[in-house]
Amino acid sequence: MAYVHTGAKALTRPGRKVTASRQAVRALGLVTRYLVVAAGGVIFLIPFLWMLSTSLKVQSQVFTWPPQWIPNPVVFQNYVDAWRQFPTPRFFANTITVTVLSTLGQILTNSLVAFGFARLRFRGRNLLFLLVLSTMMLPDQVTLIPLFAIFSRLGWLNTYRPLVVPRWLGNPFYIFLLRQFYMTVPLELDDATRIDGGSYFTIYSRIVLPLAKPVLGVVAMFCITNYWTEFMGPLIYLNTPNKFTIAVGLRLFQSSLGVQRVHWMMAISLVSILPLLLLFFLGQRYFVQGIMIQGMK
Amino acid sequence: MVAESLRLSQRAKEEIAGYLFISPWVVGFIAFTAGPMAISLYLSLCRADFMTPTVFVGLDNYRNILFHDPLFTKSLANTAYYSFISVPLGIALGLAIALLLNAEYFGMRLFRTVYYLPSVVSGVAVALLWQWILNPQFGIMNALLAWLGLPQPKWLFSEQWAKPALIIMSLWGAGGSMMIFLAGLRGVPQELYEAVSLDGANAIARFRSITLPMITPTLFFTLVTGIIGSFQVFTAAFIMTAGGPNNATLMYVLNLYNQAFMKYHFGYASGLAWILLFIILALTLLVFKSSAMWVYYEAEVKAGR
Repeated sequence: MAYVHTGAKALTRPGRKVTASRQAVRALGLVTRYLVVAAGGVIFLIPFLWMLSTSLKVQSQVFTWPPQWIPNPVVFQNYVDAWRQFPTPRFFANTITVTVLSTLGQILTNSLVAFGFARLRFRGRNLLFLLVLSTMMLPDQVTLIPLFAIFSRLGWLNTYRPLVVPRWLGNPFYIFLLRQFYMTVPLELDDATRIDGGSYFTIYSRIVLPLAKPVLGVVAMFCITNYWTEFMGPLIYLNTPNKFTIAVGLRLFQSSLGVQRVHWMMAISLVSILPLLLLFFLGQRYFVQGIMIQGMK
Repeated sequence: MVAESLRLSQRAKEEIAGYLFISPWVVGFIAFTAGPMAISLYLSLCRADFMTPTVFVGLDNYRNILFHDPLFTKSLANTAYYSFISVPLGIALGLAIALLLNAEYFGMRLFRTVYYLPSVVSGVAVALLWQWILNPQFGIMNALLAWLGLPQPKWLFSEQWAKPALIIMSLWGAGGSMMIFLAGLRGVPQELYEAVSLDGANAIARFRSITLPMITPTLFFTLVTGIIGSFQVFTAAFIMTAGGPNNATLMYVLNLYNQAFMKYHFGYASGLAWILLFIILALTLLVFKSSAMWVYYEAEVKAGR
């Protein structure tokens, strides 16, 4: 269906005759496309709307058949009640701590490492980079148990160190992403900086890094969404509720409230993803563009 | 002479700088990847619960896993079922949405956001939401089916429908692959469409003769990453079904987690992890090998001419 794109261009091209009937067919195609896209869009939004609807209901309306879409009455109190069930502010503070520290680590180290691989020549570079790529295929589960044992020996269990420290030491996926971008920056800029007496670190911090802002934004966005919703790591490494992140906190809600308090569960789930929704709405233009630019290379 | 030695030291300087820049990854690789892998391989040959002394047992774990463990067989079959259906469906859906949204008409940017949103917020909150959507008595999924006059399965409570339920939920995240396909579609040269348009090719012919071959590298990428990701599915099964009913949704990694962190069979679970690695490697290799037959790289063709 990508032809509509070209078709629209062809319409404006001089010297090409477009009959009225062809125009009508195009218009019909466009209308159909909008209808399909809008219908699909509604289907993709329904789960969120259902979450919102349930979160504002009284318990008796939660369990009615057929389900009611508009809550009556609208109970905002659910949010207050759900919020007070557990040390929710703590869960949020913990999640922010882990997410921010991990994301900072990923941005800093991966951008340094990628710079080394993209712009400096050293012996064994290609072999080492091949190693980076091959670790992308390694399932986390292979290193999970030894890491658990190591962190346990170090006395790191029930702290954020197992979740944060490894992220200050690179991630193959982000190294690859950033390297691909760094490769597109002209090498002449490096030589010019060298001639002016700048060090390699100057090239990195003054030339490459400012140009890489959009890609670094994409990495940050990926990191934030991943670490905010991460579940298995916190589940394994944290064991007292006051240390829990919101993902493990939600699990606590689930196991202690049961199905009877679905309206509370939906309220707190919605609150838990709200920061991500907000961040995505604010940054989506750059984020979406960034991904598309990356995908082209 | 002076210039010569300066140039040499220049090379050496660059080399040292290179190692310094990549040193965080080198340290991380040794401490958090290579080291643990060696330990994991050793543990897989041991009986280990980290409370009593670890005992070397040779290939016992592997023998037990492969020949005497119904949970291994069950979880592998479940995961394969989930993977082989959800990955192709997710790719097809992602591609279909990308084709629809690959135009700069009014509102398309907004729709891209709508379709991408679910893949941003994945995790426990989404699992809880879908558990409620799929509730056989009060969920909207069955309300919708009732409205359409279709039968209403018990979803997560039914052995037969629990896996399809997880697959439907995974399709809600198709926006992730949509975004990658949008990027791939941007890379298709527009002149090609114009050329065949002059020959009077219709939409389906254009898709088959140009779009599809030109995006095979993107298809390849989504297929490989999709397989790797789906074989590691955990959170949904852990939160929504805990593996039930009757182990119908016991996924490979959930079984591994149970063996390690519920039963404290750390050696056995390490063996499971290594088998998972080999399965993923084998599948990836298979896709790589087959790619020569169906993935089209423009650079190759140009070089061939």
